[in-house]
Amino acid sequence: MDLITIVSIVIGTLLWVLVATLAFTAAMRSKALFREGAWEGARDFVVLIPRVLIGVIGSGYIAAVMPQDLITTWIGPGSGVLGIMIAALFGAATPGGAVVGFAVGAAALKGGAGAPQVIAYTTAWSLYTIQRLINWEIHMMAPRVVWLRAAVSIPLPILAGIAAMLIGKP
Amino acid sequence: MAERRRRVRTFEWSTAIIALTSVVAGTIVYLRDGTDKFLAILTNDLWLFSGMLPKMAAGCLIAAFVTRLLPREVVARVVGGESGLLGILVAMVMGAVLPGGPLTIYPVAGAFLLLGADIGTAVAFITAWNLLGYNRALIWELPFFGPEFVAWRILLALPLPIIAGLLARVAARVVARRWGGDDQWT
Repeated sequence: MDLITIVSIVIGTLLWVLVATLAFTAAMRSKALFREGAWEGARDFVVLIPRVLIGVIGSGYIAAVMPQDLITTWIGPGSGVLGIMIAALFGAATPGGAVVGFAVGAAALKGGAGAPQVIAYTTAWSLYTIQRLINWEIHMMAPRVVWLRAAVSIPLPILAGIAAMLIGKP
Repeated sequence: MAERRRRVRTFEWSTAIIALTSVVAGTIVYLRDGTDKFLAILTNDLWLFSGMLPKMAAGCLIAAFVTRLLPREVVARVVGGESGLLGILVAMVMGAVLPGGPLTIYPVAGAFLLLGADIGTAVAFITAWNLLGYNRALIWELPFFGPEFVAWRILLALPLPIIAGLLARVAARVVARRWGGDDQWT
């Protein structure tokens, strides 16, 4: 067994210990609280399975048909800081929910993109997808808070990508 | 009440578009590269996905229980009362721990500001929720990227909420000095 497998098993075990602790705490407060939590958690899991599955399998096929040369040139492992910035721009421009962002990122990684570039992409997509700023955030917070947050977030994906490049991981 | 609204909808346009694109891409692979390649991609991805299922299930259950055990009002009060670097760190931990979608997170951040926290605290909270939240990492990111990639991605993102919070404080001061207005960001 390699280190990654061991770490993965340890984390998996810890997660379920946490689930057990939380479930126990809830049950101590009231039976109804425990039942509600368990039911909602299970329901969300069942609803999410097909959605994540479509994205995971889809990303494999999308990667296979994407123009590999183009990806490697623009956001490949050798594309450096410029590639990181291009990836961050694409992250900001990607519309849609979690399945889109992660499927596109995973497809790019399988199709020849560099890991630092994909990290910059998913980080930018998480922080300031333009569609999400306009459709969600602006309606729920003061507009100048939203713009200030978006503005100070601009360098973050680039920092994460450069850090990944410097340490050579993942 | 917003927080009682369903986090997970049963149909989503994003998923439908990805599904359609995947079917088209899968068909192209099947016709161009043959059955072997088509099945190789399918089994490879299914294997990764099935390995992540227990962690996804744990993520869903943790989120469901934390939502009930850690009321948003408590989080808002704890974070809203802090300031300085400690405020940013507390906000970061809370952002990573609190489950839920944008519908529940942005109002909590807004409540910090109302309760007297500064803009840096609110920004650190939202940044941590986006980048360090276990909810998204376990349920979405893990089945797509596998444990090694996700672990490094999160490790690299650890300092980012602090940087964002500090930058937001500086930016807010500059904005107030340049264009006037008070320090209130509610």
